[in-house]
Amino acid sequence: MKRLASIAFATAIALFLQGCAGWQSALDPKGPAASELAWLIWFFTGLCAVVWVLVMIALAIPLMMRSRVRAEPLVLDAGADSRKLRVVITAVGLTAVILVGLTLLSFFANRTLAAIGSDAVLTIRVTGHQWWWEVRYEDATPSRILTTANEIHIPAGEPVRLLLTSTDVIHSFWVPSLSGKLDLIPGRMNVLDIKADKPGVYRGQCAEFCGAQHANMGTFIIAEPRAKFDAWWNDQLQPAAEPMSDEAKAGEDLFLKRPCVMCHKIGGTPAGGTVAPDLTHVASRQTLAAGTLRMSRGNLAAWIADPQGVKPGSHMPVVQLNGDELNAIVAYLEGLK
Amino acid sequence: MRPIAAMLLLAILALAACQREERDTRPQSALGSGEQPTPVTTLEPGGQRPSPTDNKAASFEANAFHLSEGKRLFGWFNCSGCHANGGGGMGPALMDEKWIYGSSMESIHATIRDGRPNGMPSFRDKIPDDQIWELAAFVRSLSGNAPSSAAPSRNDDMMAHPSENRMPDAATLGKSP
Amino acid sequence: MSSADLTSERDLPREREATPRGDIAPERDGPRDTGMDDASLRRWLARTWRTPPGIIGALSSVDHKVIARRYLITAFLFLCLGGLNAVAMRIQLSGPQRGLIGPDLYNQLFTMHGVTMMFLFAVPIVQATGIYLVPLMVGTRNIAFPRLNAFSYWIYVSGGLFAWISFALSMAPDVGWFAYVPLSGPEFGPGKRADVWAQMITYTEVSSLAVAVATIVTVFKQRSPGMSLDKIPLYVWALLVTSFVVVFAMPAVMVTSTFLILDRLVGTHIFNPAEGGDALLFQHLFWFFGHPEVYIIFLPATGMVSAIIPAFARRPMFGHLGLVLSLIAVGFLSFGLWVHHMFATGLPKLGASFFTASSMMIAIPNGVQIFCWLATLWDGRPVIRTPLLFVFGFFFIFVIGGLTGVMLASVPLDLQVHDTYFVVAHFHYVLIGGSVFPLLGAAYFWFPKITGRMMSERLGRWHFWLAMIGFNAAFFPMHIVGLWGMPRRVYTYPAELGWGNINLFITGGAVLFFLSFVLFAFNLVHGALKGAPAGDNPWDAGTLEWATSSPPQSYNFARIPVVTNVEPLWAERAALPVATGLRVDVRELLVSTVAEAHPDIREKSATPSIWPLLAAIAVGGTFLYSIFTPWAIVWGAAPIAITLIGWFWPKGDPEDEE
Repeated sequence: MKRLASIAFATAIALFLQGCAGWQSALDPKGPAASELAWLIWFFTGLCAVVWVLVMIALAIPLMMRSRVRAEPLVLDAGADSRKLRVVITAVGLTAVILVGLTLLSFFANRTLAAIGSDAVLTIRVTGHQWWWEVRYEDATPSRILTTANEIHIPAGEPVRLLLTSTDVIHSFWVPSLSGKLDLIPGRMNVLDIKADKPGVYRGQCAEFCGAQHANMGTFIIAEPRAKFDAWWNDQLQPAAEPMSDEAKAGEDLFLKRPCVMCHKIGGTPAGGTVAPDLTHVASRQTLAAGTLRMSRGNLAAWIADPQGVKPGSHMPVVQLNGDELNAIVAYLEGLK
Repeated sequence: MRPIAAMLLLAILALAACQREERDTRPQSALGSGEQPTPVTTLEPGGQRPSPTDNKAASFEANAFHLSEGKRLFGWFNCSGCHANGGGGMGPALMDEKWIYGSSMESIHATIRDGRPNGMPSFRDKIPDDQIWELAAFVRSLSGNAPSSAAPSRNDDMMAHPSENRMPDAATLGKSP
Repeated sequence: MSSADLTSERDLPREREATPRGDIAPERDGPRDTGMDDASLRRWLARTWRTPPGIIGALSSVDHKVIARRYLITAFLFLCLGGLNAVAMRIQLSGPQRGLIGPDLYNQLFTMHGVTMMFLFAVPIVQATGIYLVPLMVGTRNIAFPRLNAFSYWIYVSGGLFAWISFALSMAPDVGWFAYVPLSGPEFGPGKRADVWAQMITYTEVSSLAVAVATIVTVFKQRSPGMSLDKIPLYVWALLVTSFVVVFAMPAVMVTSTFLILDRLVGTHIFNPAEGGDALLFQHLFWFFGHPEVYIIFLPATGMVSAIIPAFARRPMFGHLGLVLSLIAVGFLSFGLWVHHMFATGLPKLGASFFTASSMMIAIPNGVQIFCWLATLWDGRPVIRTPLLFVFGFFFIFVIGGLTGVMLASVPLDLQVHDTYFVVAHFHYVLIGGSVFPLLGAAYFWFPKITGRMMSERLGRWHFWLAMIGFNAAFFPMHIVGLWGMPRRVYTYPAELGWGNINLFITGGAVLFFLSFVLFAFNLVHGALKGAPAGDNPWDAGTLEWATSSPPQSYNFARIPVVTNVEPLWAERAALPVATGLRVDVRELLVSTVAEAHPDIREKSATPSIWPLLAAIAVGGTFLYSIFTPWAIVWGAAPIAITLIGWFWPKGDPEDEE
C-alpha cells in the first residue's frame, strides 16, 4: 500500500513539474541570481531526496526481517549493539560532513549573489505602500527623476540596484524568476540587485503579509533592450497627453473636480496627489491596481466604479459617479499613454 | 439565572464589539447617482443644523476601522496644513473642547462638506461622502469624544500630541480614569 | 532497597480516623502504609486522595489525571476548531478568484488557525500529556504544585474562550500568528484585534509556564527511589528539557506582547522607528521565543516516540544516553537559530551566514535521535500495531520536514522560499509529522491506560492510512506551488498564474486529512464506550505508568515503587519492590534527591481547593480588561490579591506552624 502510494506520488510530482515554467516561478530562472538559486534548490532537493530514501530504507529493514519478535526485552546482544553503535556514529559523522558542506555551499552562493550588482549603473527606489509599489528612478539630473508605480522597466542584461523601503507596514519584494526576496521595512533601507538576462516580463508579488489586500499586490519587471528602455524613460518624463476627444476633455475636468485629484498625480495638470499611484502614463502600464486587473477600458471602468468590490479594503474609495461621468473619466485615463 | 445573565452580558459585548470591529469598506452603494443633498441655505441660526436624515453618524462614530481610516485621510488630505495635528494654526484647534459649530458628527460632517466662513473650504466634490463621515468621526476623537476602545492609537511617526485613545474622555472631562 | 523504609515500622490501628487538620499534637503522626494490608491501604488512600463529589468538588480537583484529561479534551476541541478554519481556507483557495471568503474574514481565519494550533492545541496538548504521564512515570502520587496545575488549566481555558469568543464577534486578530509590527501596531491595526492576539498569548504563556515549573519540580524531586538520572524514562527527559525551554523562551514572547500592548494602549514608541524604536526588534524578540516554540512542541513528541518504540521493538532504547544528550543539545541550540526566520529582512550577510551554520547544526542532535530510533528497530521484527504505524508515519513525514528545514537554513535558498507555500509545507511537515503523528500514536498507546479500554486496531489502521494519504496529498504539493511563486497568506490568486489545479488537489487532500480526524474522534468515543478491557499493561511495556491499574486510582500507586532499571517492569517481572513509610491519612509524597533519587523527606501534597479557579477568573478578567485600559492592572490587582490570599491562607497544618 505504501509502495502504491509512493508510485502515485512520483507520478503526481512528475505531472506537476511539467507545469513549472511560469512567469512567477523560482524554478524558471531568467537572471543570474535566480539561476544560481535554482541550481541551489535542485542540488539541495536532490541531496535531501537521497538522504530521505536512505532513511526510509533503514526504516524498512526491520519490516523486511524474517526474524521473530524478541521474546525477552532485556536480553541484548552486546556485539550487535556495538556494531550498531559504529553505524550510528558513522551516520552522525556523515550528517555533520554533509551539513558543513551545505553550509559552505550556501555561504559561497551568497557571495556570488552579492557580487551581481557590484557594477550596477541604474538605481531605482521602490517604496511599499498598502497595497501598491511606488517606483522612482534616481538620476543625477533632477529633471530626469521619474516616478511611476507597480511596473519596473529595466534594461535587459544590466544589473540594476533596487533601494527598498516602506512608508507603512512591512512588505517584501519578490520576483522569483529574477531573484530572491527582500523586505521593505519602514525606517530601513534594503538593497537588492537584480539582473534579467533577456528581455521579457517577469511577475512578482508582495511576500510579507501586509494587510487586507496582501494577495493583490503584484508587480512586474519589464526587461527591455537598452535603447527601448531609454526611449521608455524619456517618454515617461513627458507630461500627460492632452485629451484628444471631447469626452476625454470632460473626463479631465471631472478628474480635477472630483475626489480623484486628492490622491493622484497627473503630470502637466494641477493634479498633484502623492499618496496614490502616479497616473501620468497610466494607460502605458499593463495592469491596474497593482497587478489585479489587466489594463483595458472595461477594467478601468470596473476599478473606478467599484474599487471596493475589486479589491476590498484597498484605499481607493468608492466615488459616486453617474454613467456619463464614469465614461468620461475612463476615456481620459485611457488616453494617458 | 446565571446562564441568562451570562448570555445577556455576551449579547451586550457582541453588540459593542460588532459596532466597533465592523470593517465595511463599501458602506454606500457603488452604483449611486452621485447626487448629494444640497442645503437650502448656508445660513444656520445658532450654528446648529437640523437633525440628520440618515443614521450614518451612529455607524461611523464608534467604529474603530472608520476612525482609523479617518486618521489616515486627515494626514493624506493635509488637514494638518491648517489645523496642525489638531492643535490649531491657521484653522481652529480640534483637540480642545471648543466647538464653533457644535460637536455633533452631523455638524462636523457639514463643516467639511460645505465649508465654513473664514477659510474652511468646501470638500463637497473632493471627498466622497463616506470618507467625510470617517474624517468627522476622527475629528471628534481628537478631543476625546470617541470611545477610547475605538479611538485610534498613536502613529508610527513623530507624535505631536497624545494619541486619540488616550485623550481625556470629553463626556466626563477626564475626571475618572 | 530496604533503605527506602523511611521510619521504623510501627503497628497502627487499622480503623483510626484521619487526623484532623488542625491537630498539632506532639506526636504529629498518623497511620502509615508500612505493614498495612492491601485492602485497608487502598481504602485509606482512596479516601485521602479522592476528588470531592459535586460540581464544586469537580471544580476544586487537583488530581493531575483529572486536570490532564480536561486539558486533553479541551485541546482536542481546539484542534477541531483550528481544523475547521483550515478547511474553510482551503475551500476558498481551491480555485483562482473564488469569492467564498473575503480578505477580512480570511485574514482572521488564518490567524486563528495559527494561534489555535500553536497556543491552544500543540503546546497545551503536549504539556497535558506530560501532566498525565510524568507523575505516573516517575512513580509519585501527584504532580508538584497541584493547585498551580489546576490554575494553569483554568487560565488556559479562559484564554481559549477569549480568543474564540473574539472570533465569533469578528474581532479576532487578523495579523498572522506572529503579528509583525507595524501591521499589528497602533497605526495599522485598528480596533482590538491585535490586542486580542497579544493578551491571548499572555494567557497561554502563564498557563504553560505554570505547567513547566510543576513538571520540572516533579521530575527533579518526586522520582521514586532508585530512579537516578540515568534511569529516567526518555519521555520524562523530553518533558523536562521542554519545560526548561518553556521557562526560558516564554518570557521573550511575554515581553514582545507586553511591548505591543504598551505601544497600542499607552502610546509608547518601542516599535516606532520615527521615535527611535525599531520594527525589527519585534521580530527578534518574537522569534527568540518562536523558534524554541517549535521545539517545545517537537521535543515531547520525540519523547513519545522514544516511549512507543521500545514497547514494540521489544528492547530498551538503543543509545539511551545519546538520546538524552541530544535532547539537551536540541534544547540549548534551539535558542541560537531564531534569525533564520528573518533572513529576508536584509541582515548583514556574514551574520546571517552564522545563523545558517547554527541552524544546520541542530540537525546533528536530531539526526542522532533518528539514527538511535532506527537502530532500536533493527533488533528483530517489531510488533506492528497502530501506535507504531504512527511512529513510522512520523519518520516518513518528519524526515522530509527536517530536510526542507535544512534547505530553509541556507540564506540564499531561503530568500526564494521564505513566506511562500514552501514554508507552509515545511512547517506542517515538521509540526504535523513531528508532533501530531507521534501524538496520535501516543493516543493509541496510552488510551488504554487513561480509560481502561483499547481503541479499535482496525479503525486505527484505517485512520493511519487516511491520515497519511490525506496529509501528503494536502501538503506535499505545497512545496511545489511555493516554488512556483505562491506566497502564503493570500486569500486569492489570479487565474493566469496556473496555480488552480494544484490548489484544488491540495484542498482534496486537506478534506481527506480532516476526515481522518473525524474517524479518529469516532474511534476515541467508540473505544471509551465499547473498547475491549485493556488490563494494566496491554502492550507489555516497561515503564512505571503500566505498573498501576488502568485507569489509575486517584493515588496512582498503592505503594511507591522502587526502580532498579530504566525499564523497571521488564527488570522486575514478578513484583516491583516498593518503598513504605508514607502516611495514608493525609496527602503525603516522597521527595527524593535530584541526582540519585535517594528518599529524602516526606512532603505534604496540596488538597483540593476552589481557590485556583477563583484566582484564574480574577487573573483572566484582568487580562481581558487590560486590552481596554491600562487601569485594569490596578483594578485587577485587588481581586487577584484576594484570591491568592484565600489560596495560600495558612490552614494550621503542623508544617505551617514550624
